[in-house]
Amino acid sequence: MINYLWAFMILIGIVVGVLGGNIAEISNATINSSKEAVSLCIAMLGVMSMWTGLMQVAKKTGLVTSFTKALRPIICFLFPDIPKGHIVNEYIASNMIANILGLGWAATPMGLMAMKELKKLNNNSDIASCDMCTLLIVNISSLQLIPVNIIAYRSQYGSINPAEIIVPGIIATTISTLVGVIFATVARKLSKHR
Amino acid sequence: MEVKVNFIVYLSDYIIPFLFFYIIGYSLLTKTSTYDEFIKGAEDGFKVVFDILPTLIGLMIAIGILRSSGALDLLSGTLKPITDFLHFPSELLPITLVKMFSSSAATSLLLDIFKEYGPDSYLGRLVSIILSSTETIFYTLAVYFMAAGVSKTRYTLAGALVSTLAGTIASVLITQLVF
Repeated sequence: MINYLWAFMILIGIVVGVLGGNIAEISNATINSSKEAVSLCIAMLGVMSMWTGLMQVAKKTGLVTSFTKALRPIICFLFPDIPKGHIVNEYIASNMIANILGLGWAATPMGLMAMKELKKLNNNSDIASCDMCTLLIVNISSLQLIPVNIIAYRSQYGSINPAEIIVPGIIATTISTLVGVIFATVARKLSKHR
Repeated sequence: MEVKVNFIVYLSDYIIPFLFFYIIGYSLLTKTSTYDEFIKGAEDGFKVVFDILPTLIGLMIAIGILRSSGALDLLSGTLKPITDFLHFPSELLPITLVKMFSSSAATSLLLDIFKEYGPDSYLGRLVSIILSSTETIFYTLAVYFMAAGVSKTRYTLAGALVSTLAGTIASVLITQLVF
């Protein structure tokens, strides 16, 4: 997917540029962009490491485990087909917590493990089970509360108050997740009645 | 209204210091080696950023080419009548579409917007909020379903699109309200 997207972007850009007479700008942009990517990563290094450092402390103190227990009722509601005490509950809980805390790279492995287990629970069928659909919709609606990387970018580009978008962002992401949950729950009920 | 609006921004200021206080305070209570764990976690953060660097370079070059060629302006210009009707800034159309496919490409477009309009402009704030509330639909779908070996995804894509749309609309409304 990314191969086509990337190649497409470059080819289209160059063609439009030639047609529009912007070839010099394109040439400069290529070099400047690569330099910019590096200075950006240097800025990100600070913010990212600060955040993952803090999260590691949270993980070690067991705060994360207690949050997992707290999520249990929500998981029972969203995924009623999963037998209580099945390991997949842990995976889903960890996946959601990691997403909420902005640890996308930790969330994905947990999410993938959950999917594998859900498939087993679904008789290894080729068709997505309702639980799989719900898990994905919730994931994609973005559970992340604090968008650390966006804050880092804003700071790098001169924002006076980079963190000001946190609460509005939380409100927006809560709404998108709520809508996603409603959709998934309604779709589940509809498909059961078929 | 003024008071309520400022309160939301005010709250955002408190979140990071609060998190630090809560987590580090709690770690002292549980006698965890706070600083050592912090350093360990920070090292992981390093790895994440270094992993991103090559991708970021590749994508920023592609976006740089697209932008400097005027292709993005062309696209926004063409779709402007529709988005104006919906009160959605057409400048944000490319990034909202691209975000569904690739978060690195979206990041490059985001930085572009910051460069062009500044992160504190209406557009800068709106795009920050939109990106905070959405995910890469197609990429996530592909990865998760491939890992499970499932090919019939049923209503997942529809649900993902609906919730992303809701998030985008909510972002526009909230940005207009708060800023």
